Amino acid sequence: MSSNRRLNIGWLIKMAWRDSRRNRSRLLLFISSIVLGIAALVAIYSLADNVRKDIDEQAASLLGADLQVSAGKQVNDTIRQILDSAGGRKSEERSFASMVYFVKSKGTRLVQVRALQGQFPYYGTLETNPINAAQTFRNKQAALVDKTLMLQYNAKVGDSIKVGELQFVIEGTLLKAPGQTGLSTSVAPSVYIPLQYLQQTGLSQKGSRINYRYYYKYDQPINIEQLTKSIEPRLEKEGFRIETIQSQKEQTGKSFSDISSFLSLVGFIALLLGCIGVASSIHIYVREKISAIAILRCLGVKAYEAFLIYLIQIVAIGFLGAVIGSVLGTIIQQFLPFILKDFVTVNITTTISWPAIVQGIVLGVFISLVFALLPLVSLRKISPLNTLRVSYDERAAKRDPLKWLVYILIAAFIIVFTYLQLRDWKQSLFFTAGILVAFFILVSIATMVMWLVRKFFPTSWSYLWRQGLANLYRPNNQTIILIVSIGLGTAFICILFSVQTILLNRVTLSASGNQPDMVLFDIQSQEKEAVAALARQNGLPVIAQVPIVNMRLEALHKKAGKQPLKRSNATSYDEVSKDDSARQRSLLSREYRVTYRDTLATSESISDGKWNGTVAADGTIYISVEQGWGKRQEIQLGDTMIFNVQGAMIPTIVSSFREVDWNRIQTNFLIVFPKGVLEDAPQFHVMLTRVGSDEVSAKFQRAMVQQFANVSIIDLGLVLKTLDEILQKIAFVIRFMAAFSIITGLVVLIASVLISKYQRIQESILLRTLGASRKQILAITALEYFFLGALASFTGILLSLGGTWALAKYTFKTGFYVEAIPLFIVFLSICLLTVVIGLMNIRSVLNKPPLEVLRREA
Amino acid sequence: MQNILKIRNVSKTYQSAGRTLTVLDNINFSIAAGSTVSIIGPSGSGKTTLLGLCAGLDRSSAGMVELHNIQLDTLSEDERAQVRNQHVGFIFQNFQLMPTLTALENVMVPLELRGEKKVKPIAMDLLEKVGLADRSHHYPSQLSGGEQQRVSLARAFSNKPRILFADEPTGSLDAETSDKIIELIFDLNKQSGTTLILVTHDPDLASKTQRIIRIKGGRIVGDDMQG
Repeated sequence: MSSNRRLNIGWLIKMAWRDSRRNRSRLLLFISSIVLGIAALVAIYSLADNVRKDIDEQAASLLGADLQVSAGKQVNDTIRQILDSAGGRKSEERSFASMVYFVKSKGTRLVQVRALQGQFPYYGTLETNPINAAQTFRNKQAALVDKTLMLQYNAKVGDSIKVGELQFVIEGTLLKAPGQTGLSTSVAPSVYIPLQYLQQTGLSQKGSRINYRYYYKYDQPINIEQLTKSIEPRLEKEGFRIETIQSQKEQTGKSFSDISSFLSLVGFIALLLGCIGVASSIHIYVREKISAIAILRCLGVKAYEAFLIYLIQIVAIGFLGAVIGSVLGTIIQQFLPFILKDFVTVNITTTISWPAIVQGIVLGVFISLVFALLPLVSLRKISPLNTLRVSYDERAAKRDPLKWLVYILIAAFIIVFTYLQLRDWKQSLFFTAGILVAFFILVSIATMVMWLVRKFFPTSWSYLWRQGLANLYRPNNQTIILIVSIGLGTAFICILFSVQTILLNRVTLSASGNQPDMVLFDIQSQEKEAVAALARQNGLPVIAQVPIVNMRLEALHKKAGKQPLKRSNATSYDEVSKDDSARQRSLLSREYRVTYRDTLATSESISDGKWNGTVAADGTIYISVEQGWGKRQEIQLGDTMIFNVQGAMIPTIVSSFREVDWNRIQTNFLIVFPKGVLEDAPQFHVMLTRVGSDEVSAKFQRAMVQQFANVSIIDLGLVLKTLDEILQKIAFVIRFMAAFSIITGLVVLIASVLISKYQRIQESILLRTLGASRKQILAITALEYFFLGALASFTGILLSLGGTWALAKYTFKTGFYVEAIPLFIVFLSICLLTVVIGLMNIRSVLNKPPLEVLRREA
Repeated sequence: MQNILKIRNVSKTYQSAGRTLTVLDNINFSIAAGSTVSIIGPSGSGKTTLLGLCAGLDRSSAGMVELHNIQLDTLSEDERAQVRNQHVGFIFQNFQLMPTLTALENVMVPLELRGEKKVKPIAMDLLEKVGLADRSHHYPSQLSGGEQQRVSLARAFSNKPRILFADEPTGSLDAETSDKIIELIFDLNKQSGTTLILVTHDPDLASKTQRIIRIKGGRIVGDDMQG
């Protein structure tokens, strides 16, 4: 005898359709769990698709020119020659941080001053109000002021601001400049002035930290790639960077891809959460179908045919869910530009992205299939004997090796999907492991809770309490699924909130006590004493005065006989990157801000080697390196580092490593020189003081701007405000995405509770038949769902505390701090919501006679 | 007359709480094609287990079950499913209709499974025979117990089975309805010449069959041919 009957797909589809007749609303409910996850991903994919196109179209206006050459130093004759030979139309910009004084409101604020000459931007525009101000300010003593500053200081066009020694009329409000994001204007709002007035402001002095930019526009088409190839090596040797429209495109694309990868992963978590809901719902659905499947088996349906009937149902409903999710995602995408406008430099368009929709549908069908497979594989094991007596053996299903194959398939899917977002196997494995650990913890806690309730069941409690509590571990309970889904959602939102609190708290703590709360920098050597005197006149303490010398690393000779790393080894920047690692490349290309002193600061201690406060008798210069940075750069004690200070080569030997507490508002340095070397080098000074209140701060800043226009001031109050603003913006985006997880958690909650209705309804009717009052059934149900909600949210909060602690300790390296009240509110809200959904579910049993309910639900 | 069912030294044991539970112990009998047989015994005697083995719903722990010259014990579950579809009909105590299928669709399923075309008239004809033609589009939940069992009967005969197994077919019905159902089973059986094996604990019902096999404690304690 052989089982050679042909597979009749048509009949299987017909049976799937027939069988689904009275379950379609339930099937739709199962699949609704994945709708939001798919919607989130389709929205992000559509956005990414559109932004890629937008970057391509807007790349020129991001840079504003065909070519940009920039550096943190003035051009010498060689560079001047190269720049002049580049041809085309040219604009020049010098930008630096400086204080600006609003004459009418008497307010002062640290801003990014951009002194501009020429017709930059050549692509795109400086968006201003009035529109023509972008042109008219260039030829007179006038300025364009960022809109946030105008609002903050209640300034109007026609008012005046003082930049350094010189007063400018506000010609217009700057709305948008090429390559600028909302975030960058929050940190450093811009003020544009004509370059020809820079000298008169007195801010362009030797030692000032000015960034020089040269923009080129070619009216005749030229080969930019060839041009950059010819001039780049010489420019980079001198520390100048080149950017083209192509490089800008790549850079913007990369930074956006980081954002979209992150958002996709957040959306993916929502989808995974939904998938657990699907798996759990299908599990219960399959259990209810045992008798129907057994009948089919009796009538001669083969095991795999029965499996296929239900698989077809899941694929169809998964497809429907994915289509609904994709439509929803496309709608949500319309709102994303508003949410992400502060993080992206391009103007985002919102056209329908068919590739994103197809991706969403394929993903939705695939993921519902994979997760539904878990319960579906047990269908193969349902015996026709169940028609005679129910003997579904769950233990046998658990031992099914095919289930393990499905588990492996799920893990592989998560890893591969994550890899497609991150393009990094290690990170993908970490992400998957992180998710699995979170799931494992939640499942373990749920299992443990069930075990504990059963083991230490309070037999002395009243019947209602016992019944409610026993429902946590009885067959067909919802304990694990609800603790996992609601727990994960709760953990997610609580971590976000707690991390935000910790970051703000860290800065607030720094501002308390006798810690400095104001930093003055760019103080010239000759102004050092006068600035300190002015502070004392205003009753403010001079907590520290620190000299800073800018320098570059010319070479690093390893003590252990390795190949020395030298700038002169490489003829171009690219060669350095090819021959050496990115680490070494950054070692040579960065500018170092170094101080010199004979004692350690209070925030540092020697962790290895010997501290040398002064130059050795034989003239050897022993320097101290911050241990974390030194370790990352593989620098060892005894290594020789040759620094270039304005052309003078200074060989030094690393003699000690310092451990630095970076959390303190203090001037901390990677490299500290001993006294007796840099005293005569071009330098500026930083001073720390404590102003205490906003009034004192404003008064002192006004006095400083009047007398020392070149000195920049960072007010910690403003830093706090800015940080809060930035965190709010980031938190908004994360919360928006986290909302998908939370709502998915709720959908899973509603779906799980509704599905449990079919399990609980018989029992409630029986209780009603036996004479239980409406109040008693309400109490039992409310208690069961209260226990579930409480356990789920409590577990989620516990997980979030662990996650926040780990983030605080290892990522932000700060103390663990949690605000209890918001977490308590989350706890109560989730408990309440669970109870309400549970009670709504049972209302049909309470309002109708038992027989009617039995007939309807049969 | 040729035997359609042969049972040789069949035993069935289960592992329960670490010990072996023998439900059927060394059962032997054969059943002639076209005959009517009842298996009777008290609750827990093993009669339903025996029916399951005879119909190929389960495998014996020892011995041999041969149905229509096919040895069931050597077949896989899917191969046994095909045997059931081709040669076996079932009537259950609790009807076992698919709740999501109409009466007509329930009757059509065995035929559709075989890949047969134009099965609707056949199914309608059967429903006509059991007196339910006018209820063909009703779902099981919309039918009374007696009506559900009649649909089940129509379904059982739809694939023209060589052997029909009925497990307490009147167990869920009142006396009056039971009588009608029994009459219908025997009428249809007579018309189609099918072998009928009936499991019951009702001696009156058993007395309507040609042969009665009595079972107790997993063993055959009597095998009587009737007038």
